[in-house]
Amino acid sequence: MLQETAFTDMKAESKQQLSGSELLLQALEREQVEVIFGYPGGAVLPIYDKIYDSKILHVLPRHEQGGIHAAEGYARITGKPGVVIVTSGPGATNIVTGLTDAMIDSLPLVVFTGQVATGVIGTDAFQEADILGITTPITKYNYQVRNIEEIPYIVKEAFYIASSGRPGPVLIDIPKDIATGLAEMPEDKEIELPGYQPTTKPNYLQIRKLTEAVSRAKKPVILAGAGILHADAAEELKVYAEQQRIPVVHTLLGLGGFPAEHKLFLGMGGMHGCYTANMALYETDLLINIGARFDDRLTGNLAHFAPYATVAHIDIDPAEIGKNVPTEIPVVADAKEALKQLIAQEGKPPAHEEWLQTLESWQQEYPYVYEKNNSQLKPQKVMEMLYEKTNGNAIVVTDVGQHQMWAAQYYKFSKANRWVTSGGLGTMGFGLPASIGASLADKNACVLAVLGDGGFQMSTQELAVIREFNLPIKIVILNNGSLGMVRQWQELFYEERYSHSKNPVQPSFVKLAEAYDIKGYVIQTEEEAEAVLSEVLNNREPVLLDFRIDPGENVYPMIAPGKGLNEMVGVKL
Amino acid sequence: MKRIITLTVNNRPGVLNRITNLFSKRNYNIESITVGHTEIEGVSRITCAVNVENDSIIEQITKQLNKQIDVLKVTDISEQAMVARELALIKVLSTPNTRSEINAIIEPFRASIVDIGKDSLVIQITGESDKIEAFIELIKPYGIKELARTGTTAFPRGTQRTKDSTRNISIV
Ligand SMILES: Cc1ncc(C[n+]2csc(CCOP(=O)(O)OP(=O)(O)O)c2C)c(N)n1
Ligand SMILES: [Mg+2]
Repeated sequence: MLQETAFTDMKAESKQQLSGSELLLQALEREQVEVIFGYPGGAVLPIYDKIYDSKILHVLPRHEQGGIHAAEGYARITGKPGVVIVTSGPGATNIVTGLTDAMIDSLPLVVFTGQVATGVIGTDAFQEADILGITTPITKYNYQVRNIEEIPYIVKEAFYIASSGRPGPVLIDIPKDIATGLAEMPEDKEIELPGYQPTTKPNYLQIRKLTEAVSRAKKPVILAGAGILHADAAEELKVYAEQQRIPVVHTLLGLGGFPAEHKLFLGMGGMHGCYTANMALYETDLLINIGARFDDRLTGNLAHFAPYATVAHIDIDPAEIGKNVPTEIPVVADAKEALKQLIAQEGKPPAHEEWLQTLESWQQEYPYVYEKNNSQLKPQKVMEMLYEKTNGNAIVVTDVGQHQMWAAQYYKFSKANRWVTSGGLGTMGFGLPASIGASLADKNACVLAVLGDGGFQMSTQELAVIREFNLPIKIVILNNGSLGMVRQWQELFYEERYSHSKNPVQPSFVKLAEAYDIKGYVIQTEEEAEAVLSEVLNNREPVLLDFRIDPGENVYPMIAPGKGLNEMVGVKL
Repeated sequence: MKRIITLTVNNRPGVLNRITNLFSKRNYNIESITVGHTEIEGVSRITCAVNVENDSIIEQITKQLNKQIDVLKVTDISEQAMVARELALIKVLSTPNTRSEINAIIEPFRASIVDIGKDSLVIQITGESDKIEAFIELIKPYGIKELARTGTTAFPRGTQRTKDSTRNISIV
């Protein structure tokens, strides 16, 4: 008996000492992290020594920017925070673009940066960068770990902050001595954030007000943004729209939140949105914005945006409500919660038969159109073929430019979370690495990485990762031999003065792919496209398809900068 | 129009940086900002005086501030009865001839002389910004060598008048 007591006492005293790095990896395991996108370097060597023994999959991008975009792709598909680890100094500054991109598109990330040892912080030590200072405006929150024992709690809090409320990137800076130093595993602590209490449940009076406004409306329309996806509310959106028979317009980022083939779907709104969607936003008398932030690429000139409408706005972020567009019915809430309550109201549906008929006639009259031309391969045709041949089941990831808009216009998304694109920041170089994250998030999916010839060259190096993990990514380059979107603006607004937008010298993309042991094809005609797609879409091999498209093709319809929604050009051929 | 916003925040490293960053990121004009401890350990109070064109901007500022994780509470106290104070130190040229004149200005403002040099003296004054500005105007002709102002710190009064009564203006 005596002996036993003595033994337990001894055990309690010599509670195991763990290094900061061990505490970190254990914390990541507790958060059920499946994959880390990371790149080693001096300041994170202690962490990498523990990663060496970890069960968590580690993916080495070939550039840190690729790593963080991959994490964004992963986050967009799974809804879970993407995890990134990079070293101090240049490793940390290389992820600045990705953080900004994730911040503006509300993607949850937890990013770890190495830092020089606490004793030399502030001395311009080797590979020191003030990453907290640099990233303050582009993170939802950031930390520098000062005490080893804080690591488990900080990691827990960071995952919570990144994924709750309006999601966003959180950064944790870890000085090297904190990663190597020893501490006992502290006791688990409940998250306590009195200054951060996102409102998820809607105010009942506003729900009533909205329900009544819907009953009275003659021309209602729902504008559904990515908030629908973040809140996992696609099903509720469908039920509500059907219950009240309200037509739905999507933002670029919202695509997939409402089935594209649904009778009530009007299409994408905004600068390159379709006629019906934009005119619906213009003519509506009740605009119900759910989880969109009235970005200027959507609204066009605000003076012409929804001029006749009562505006209702459902958003988890109160600061978005009334920011750009005056709002009569503000609903601060999670989109799912708000929609559930709206459905439960079972309000009297609007009497808007005429409106639905008008919309339908517009849809008949003004679908997306392009010139069919037998001598040149049209990018729109390529997207239509991709849609048909994947039965609309692929995950589509894009870069930024004309190809991005053609993908958004012509691929019809029937399900949520199958669409990954950089909207708010419009980051070239995003597409290829983001497709890697998307593919790792859903290993069975066929992933189409739709890229421009320009943007592809901003992250070509990530082909190595695709080969290494043998990911079923079909790289679709809509090759117009130019920075097409820039060229289009120069054609339209700068008197065809093509300043540095045409790429006279291009590498052979096929040979480039071959250098990474990835098969590539040049495709110049519809027949070739037909044959190659039938072959490559039926296997799980990565492949690069260099579609030589009409170099003069423009994206239409278009709302020119400064113009209103009702001033689209290129609506008809 | 001038607005006074008070915030209570977690006293964590980087908080002030996050707040000031937000003002520049969102292109808001900040006139002054003061920070200090409160009666609660780990909580600081920040007072911002801002100049805005309209109410919707102030609403945005308040919402953006509120969104910050370390911000516990944001109040726009401009419409309330409040105690708002600022301190200024003014080094002003003085000769034996002007000293008594200066003294005569100081008295009604309840300012005080806190240092006297060979040809200058340092005046300390506290009060609402308007009062300090009025004082500075009066003292200017004597030659201001140096001026340091703390910016406004403020909170609402314990008792608020009802809406229709006039705003409480303090002279001290
Ligand atoms: C990092 C970055 N640099 C510059 C731009 C500006 N930009 C927007 S679209 C575009 C052209 C993209 O060319 P490409 O990748 O070939 O796509 P395309 O428009 O031809 O389909 C450029 C330069 C950007 N969005 N991102
Ligand atoms: Mg191009």
